[in-house]
Amino acid sequence: MESKIKLDCDLPIGEPSVILSAKNIQKFFTDPVSIQVLKNIEFSVNAGEFVSIMGKSGCGKSTLLYILSTMDTQYEGELWLMNKKITGLSGKELSAVRNEHIGFVFQFHYLLPEFSVLDNVKLPGLKLGKLSPEEVEFNAMEKLRMLDVADQATKKATQLSGGQKQRVAIARALINQPAIIMGDEPTGNLDSKNASTVFSIFKDLSRELGTSLLIVTHDPDFASKTDRIIEMADGEIISHR
Amino acid sequence: MNRNVRFAIAKTHLLARKKQSAIAALGVTFGIGTFIILVSFMTGLNGLLDGLILNRTPHIRIYNEVKASENQPIDLHPQYKGGKNMVTSIKPKQELAGIRNAKALMSVVAKDSRVKGVTPQVSARIFYQSGNILLNGNAIGIDVLEEDRLFDFHQYIVGGSPSDLANNDNGIILGAGVAQKFSLHVGDKIQIMSSTGQTYKLKLVGLYQSGLADIDKIQSYVNIKTAQRIAGESGSYFTDISVKLFDIEQSYDLSKEIERSHGINAVDIKTANAQFETGTSVRNLITYAVSITLLIVAGFGIYNILNMVIYEKMNDIAILKATGFSGGDVKRIFIYQALMIGIVGGLLGLLLGLTMSYVISISPFETEALPTVKTFPVNFNGLYYVIGSVFAIVTTFFAGYLPARKASLIDPVDIIRGQ
Repeated sequence: MESKIKLDCDLPIGEPSVILSAKNIQKFFTDPVSIQVLKNIEFSVNAGEFVSIMGKSGCGKSTLLYILSTMDTQYEGELWLMNKKITGLSGKELSAVRNEHIGFVFQFHYLLPEFSVLDNVKLPGLKLGKLSPEEVEFNAMEKLRMLDVADQATKKATQLSGGQKQRVAIARALINQPAIIMGDEPTGNLDSKNASTVFSIFKDLSRELGTSLLIVTHDPDFASKTDRIIEMADGEIISHR
Repeated sequence: MNRNVRFAIAKTHLLARKKQSAIAALGVTFGIGTFIILVSFMTGLNGLLDGLILNRTPHIRIYNEVKASENQPIDLHPQYKGGKNMVTSIKPKQELAGIRNAKALMSVVAKDSRVKGVTPQVSARIFYQSGNILLNGNAIGIDVLEEDRLFDFHQYIVGGSPSDLANNDNGIILGAGVAQKFSLHVGDKIQIMSSTGQTYKLKLVGLYQSGLADIDKIQSYVNIKTAQRIAGESGSYFTDISVKLFDIEQSYDLSKEIERSHGINAVDIKTANAQFETGTSVRNLITYAVSITLLIVAGFGIYNILNMVIYEKMNDIAILKATGFSGGDVKRIFIYQALMIGIVGGLLGLLLGLTMSYVISISPFETEALPTVKTFPVNFNGLYYVIGSVFAIVTTFFAGYLPARKASLIDPVDIIRGQ
């Protein structure tokens, strides 16, 4: 026991490794007048860390999340993911980064309505193309089983309940074993029972798979149970807890 | 690998909205189908009308025209040179009605490499006789088999056949109008009288119908020898020589050459049928205008439908991009869909065009002018089907490409934030 603690202490500063870091990020909306919505955003997320971002509506937390998820490229400053600079990459390279390293869960599930639940989960895996279609399908079923929606696999996405859809969306985010999962109020549209289920799924992910999580929320209960809370107001980070 | 994924997504999109996909494909089908039907039908009709003149009329007609001499004696007299000479009531030259040295002329013209064939005619004035009644008429002696080979003579024959005339020296193919007046049928005998008063009994071997009632009441066809006998002339007497060329465009040049080198009248088909030339070019213009309009209308229809299909899928585009599909993937997914619609719709369009063209081509079409044509003429030209398929694919490609490119450039955030 003692030796193990010692071992932890021996690790150099900076370990466990930094997955995501934002360096001096600024964002302006220029329409209709120039407004600075993000000011000097500077923070990082470590491997396996469960971080939540809190703040009032309009404080810029969603805007920040879209920048961090590489979907919004109109910003100043630098974004690093797994020791690689993401800022300035082409659209195609960003798609590849999103595909392989970032899982995203939206407030509204955003599943493709024409496809079955299983296909929805499989598509990012097939796009990545590192595994054979059979292996992707096996992994997809595994994720669905883990999230307890395996019995819905052949249904169309539109036939599921809200909680089930959100779990499928999480399974989809997990299919390529991303380094980090980002969520924009993933429980905001769910009742408390489903919300707590989703939370415990996230918790398990960070503990068991070592996946980092960065979740935007304004549910204080949800935030209080995470490893770290980043609080934002008027486009700035006002506290790390 | 990636292509299979994109293809599968495109297929799922199309099959998930079968009705919409079917409507989009039907837009292509009707565009291509109507294009093929109209072009085939219109060019078929044009071909028929052109053939009426082009196939039946000699490209060059050589004949002897009765006219006054261009060089009057007074013009040659040195005393009146330079003055203005006025002579009234000039009489035409006294000349043979036949072409001089016609056989030699024919063999010279026939040797020209531009000439497909040459055949002579003998025109003789006659009277059709039935009891006391005499009807004015005109018997034309022809080499029936050559006439048929070069000028589709059989197209005018409503009873009997050209070969019946070739086999019977005393046969006649009678104008349908005359036959009607005298209540004659194929196999009956008719008496005719030459301008010199001699009578001949001829066997009616066929009926001739040109579609022009005035001609059908007067004109009949006999063998050359019969016509020469009726005219009271020798075996070297010919009134007209018909020339058919391989290329109709050369008819004017050749007619002028013949006039110059043989000192005879030769008229080409375009000079003789100037109004026909105008008609043909106007009809062709209409055909081009209609087919281009049809293709443009069809093209915009296809573009509209695909535009709608893609804009309805904006949400899906955002999701695909958020989960790692690139702009290029999105673009290709929608181009695949457009092309699938184009190929399926286009193939059905070709089939529709072919079917409808066939139905038109077996629909009855009777006209006085064309006794042998029983159904509508349709031009089954493979080229129109090639144009149709190329157009279907090119149009759907661009109709899909333009909105797909726009979709591929959109930031997914703009769509998600807009919700």
